[in-house]
Amino acid sequence: MKFLISMHINPAVLDALTDAEKAAIGDGHGAFIEALKKSGELITTQALVDPSQAAVVSVRNGQPVVTDGPFLEAKEYLGGFYLIDCENKERAIELATQIPDTAIEGLGVEVRQVMFADGQLEA
Amino acid sequence: MTTSAIEDLLRELTPQVLGMLVRRNGQFEACEDALQEAVLAATVQWPAEGLPDNPRGWLMTVASRRLIDQMRSDHARRERESATATEVVPEDVPDTDDTLVLLFLCCHPTLTAASQTALTLRAVGGLTTAEIARAFLVPEATMAARISRAKQRIKAAGSSFSLPEGAEREERLRVVLHVLYLIFNEGYTASSGSELHRTDLAHEAIRLARMVHAQLPEDDEVTGLLALMLLTDARREARTTATGDLVPLDEQDRTKWDRALIDEGTELVKASLAGPALGPYQLQAAIAATHDDADTAAATDWAQVHALYLVLERIAPNPMVTLNRAIALAETEGPQAGLALLATLDSDERMAGHHRLLSVRAHLLEKAGDAAGAYEHFRLAAKSTASIAEQRYLESRAGRVRTS
Repeated sequence: MKFLISMHINPAVLDALTDAEKAAIGDGHGAFIEALKKSGELITTQALVDPSQAAVVSVRNGQPVVTDGPFLEAKEYLGGFYLIDCENKERAIELATQIPDTAIEGLGVEVRQVMFADGQLEA
Repeated sequence: MTTSAIEDLLRELTPQVLGMLVRRNGQFEACEDALQEAVLAATVQWPAEGLPDNPRGWLMTVASRRLIDQMRSDHARRERESATATEVVPEDVPDTDDTLVLLFLCCHPTLTAASQTALTLRAVGGLTTAEIARAFLVPEATMAARISRAKQRIKAAGSSFSLPEGAEREERLRVVLHVLYLIFNEGYTASSGSELHRTDLAHEAIRLARMVHAQLPEDDEVTGLLALMLLTDARREARTTATGDLVPLDEQDRTKWDRALIDEGTELVKASLAGPALGPYQLQAAIAATHDDADTAAATDWAQVHALYLVLERIAPNPMVTLNRAIALAETEGPQAGLALLATLDSDERMAGHHRLLSVRAHLLEKAGDAAGAYEHFRLAAKSTASIAEQRYLESRAGRVRTS
């Protein structure tokens, strides 16, 4: 079963971390990725640029309207995701608990099953 | 010889050659890798250069050479193994069929179901990693890692290449059948995604079940599982519309059902039920046969379906069985009786919010004349499923009950 584990980050929370804490998060993700690759459960993972770099696109009367910045005025933004293929939802949740973000107050980690997929997956 | 005929031949030869390789050399994991390379070489060479005189011998020779190469690069073992590995490969015909031993090894209890499935398809089914990855819609690297991890686990568990004895044998056979059942279901109803039929996996599962049945014709559950697959697969054509929409059993065009498969499946069910043991696959096959036996949905012998579910519930209690019994009960004693039985599942954690419970309740509420309740539950069920085809179907049912 395929699941998307999305990481919702809060830039203010991340900024308040010490360098050691930031390094620990990076190392934690590195170890998590290695373990997922070895177990044959990782499809792909990607991290996104800062939400300030986002552009919101809409089309009104056939004309595109582009606004800089994120769509939602929120404290948390989508920071990145893991796309995994694992045994069941319990396993997906067990894997999510290994993501360092789960141990930090103010950061959100969400697990949702994939319903539709298309396009070639190269890993 | 056509490419697909060559593929069929390779799949048939894979477990035989792998069995011989492992018997000669031990090291299941290394042999399996070597054979996979030989199979890949064959898929390139045989269509281009023609079939070798002795395809099995060819695979054996090429795989053995790969194995030697691997062993030579392994310094610690070089001296000991080069002696055996340089022996001339005889023109052998396997004196024992190792298919079962291989299946038991691939369905090792230390592996997850996903790994058992992948390894079985490769080592016994003769599929390439790329094919398995495609069937499960994951990247090849992901599938390769999964298979490699599974083989490491088997190695670490120190399994011997022999059939387990007594109770362990019985237990392992159940795991094997479950894995084949999972492969079939993955092919028949993709657990997620827009494609309802993943034909190749269903056919592969049937082929493997036939192999096991040929080895163990006296095992009633093996017979039952094969029958269940055939009786289910017989409805494939009628199960979806041309545009991929789901057609429920009671609305299927029964003239599209495959009579040959139904006849074969029905014969197998009869044979298995006449045997000494009664198991879940035989009962499920008997239920499928009862449905397949009815020329119209209205002609279905629901009393028999219900009785079979009752027995199944007793020998293998499971909320899904109770759920299905509720549908049969509603047909024989009315929707309220079915709804009352469903209510007993509400406290079961395994079923809470499950889309099947929601959709069956919606269906029974509709039968009971509660359009508003049916609408609400069809909508909830549509939100809860991970299958797009099923979601579309549930939404259409919701729409239908609202406008009626």
